[in-house]
Amino acid sequence: MEYHLQTPLKFEDIEKLNAGDIVYISGEILTARDEAHARILEMEEKGEELPFSLEGAVIYHCGPLMQQTESGWKVISAGPTTSGRMSKMTPPLLKTHKVRAIIGKGGMKNVADSLKSCCVYIAYTGGCAALAAELIKDVKTVHWPDLGMPEAVWVLRVEKFGPLIVGIDAKGKDIFSEVREKAEKVLEELQK
Amino acid sequence: MSSKISRENFIRSIADLIRKAEIELPDDVVNALRKAESIEENQVAKSQLQAILKNIEIAKNHGVPMCQDTGIMIFFAELGTEFQPGFDLEAAVRDAVALATREIPLRPNAVDPLNRNNSGNNTGSGIPDIHWKLVPGKQLKITVSPKGAGSENMSALRMFNPTEAGSIKNFVLETVINAGGMPCPPLTLGIGIGGSFDKAARLAKEALLEPLDAPMNELEQEVLEAVNALGIGCMGLGGSTTALAVHIKTAHCHTASLPVAINIQCWANRHASIVFGEEE
Repeated sequence: MEYHLQTPLKFEDIEKLNAGDIVYISGEILTARDEAHARILEMEEKGEELPFSLEGAVIYHCGPLMQQTESGWKVISAGPTTSGRMSKMTPPLLKTHKVRAIIGKGGMKNVADSLKSCCVYIAYTGGCAALAAELIKDVKTVHWPDLGMPEAVWVLRVEKFGPLIVGIDAKGKDIFSEVREKAEKVLEELQK
Repeated sequence: MSSKISRENFIRSIADLIRKAEIELPDDVVNALRKAESIEENQVAKSQLQAILKNIEIAKNHGVPMCQDTGIMIFFAELGTEFQPGFDLEAAVRDAVALATREIPLRPNAVDPLNRNNSGNNTGSGIPDIHWKLVPGKQLKITVSPKGAGSENMSALRMFNPTEAGSIKNFVLETVINAGGMPCPPLTLGIGIGGSFDKAARLAKEALLEPLDAPMNELEQEVLEAVNALGIGCMGLGGSTTALAVHIKTAHCHTASLPVAINIQCWANRHASIVFGEEE
């Protein structure tokens, strides 16, 4: 199935998605990777309020390549980064924020349970950064620029961002872990 | 080209070389990806390979880096003993990296390993990484290989016992399974066997520069077939091509050791070369 979604996302928007479905997203997405995740969790622990809302948000695991021009920031290249690095920080983040979709690459081990009944993980083709940049229409703002260009939180306006593949749906089905289990079986056979 | 190249022209050439590597993949890599797309039967994997091929076209046509992870700059230099530049080559390469970072632009990726402060221009302590090899002659050949972290992070090195050569294939398969979709398959696998702890890693990295259409020996072919039998596929979503090629380089090692390094490269096997100096 193919779906076109508009942000902010409601649970009803993502509940119907099945692993393997194709999705296009329009609206606003926020980039966040290692340092931004760490800061979100750190601020929460201190009871501080975030400078942006994650209600119905789409988080994009991406450290974009940006260029500052006279008219503002321009996206040069902005593909997904390896989501696996955020695997440990994602479950606590999902506990306090109604993030509805996470876009990244490579999947996230042991996160399917935390995504159940609240969020989906969607894969964007790794390395396809020039293609992604074409679908990002403008840079709305940047939070935490002190973290450096790759690690800052960039708020991007996208149009028909995709094709994205639902990698882990909100029912617990995880394509990446299924592929891994199959590969482990092949290895077992080879070792016999 | 005379070996009396000016520092300014040298820097210009190296910055242009970096631009070429970031924007355009070598033909052998593009051809291998096209072939992977044409034989893929898994529709999800096929769609991912099509996105990759489209991305390659856009990057080339628009002159922008194909991936936002523009990598850290790894240089391989073959310096002819009779090549006389008349200036500090290493400092000039650093200046070229800083220039390329501003011009192209490149993402500033170089950070202090502990406090994570970003230098802002892709240079820093020990970076760019330049491997010098002295060769006879009057020429200087420089290859740049921008290396992204997604694939580098999934690379592995193990010191085997000398009698365990039969386990090398397993080590490769375990490493590829553990990496899954994270290093952006279809991969190129560079494997260094022998040497020492660091030499094995160097051999593995050099192996990534081999043309993907270069003939593979029996062991390379056997490892490639086993890797592709795993079914990890493009981006780890399943499919028939997990790796495009396997290249192995070996060196003699201590009788008591067997170092094996696996350097993983993503589909974007970026590299470009230039030769300075008189033809011989």
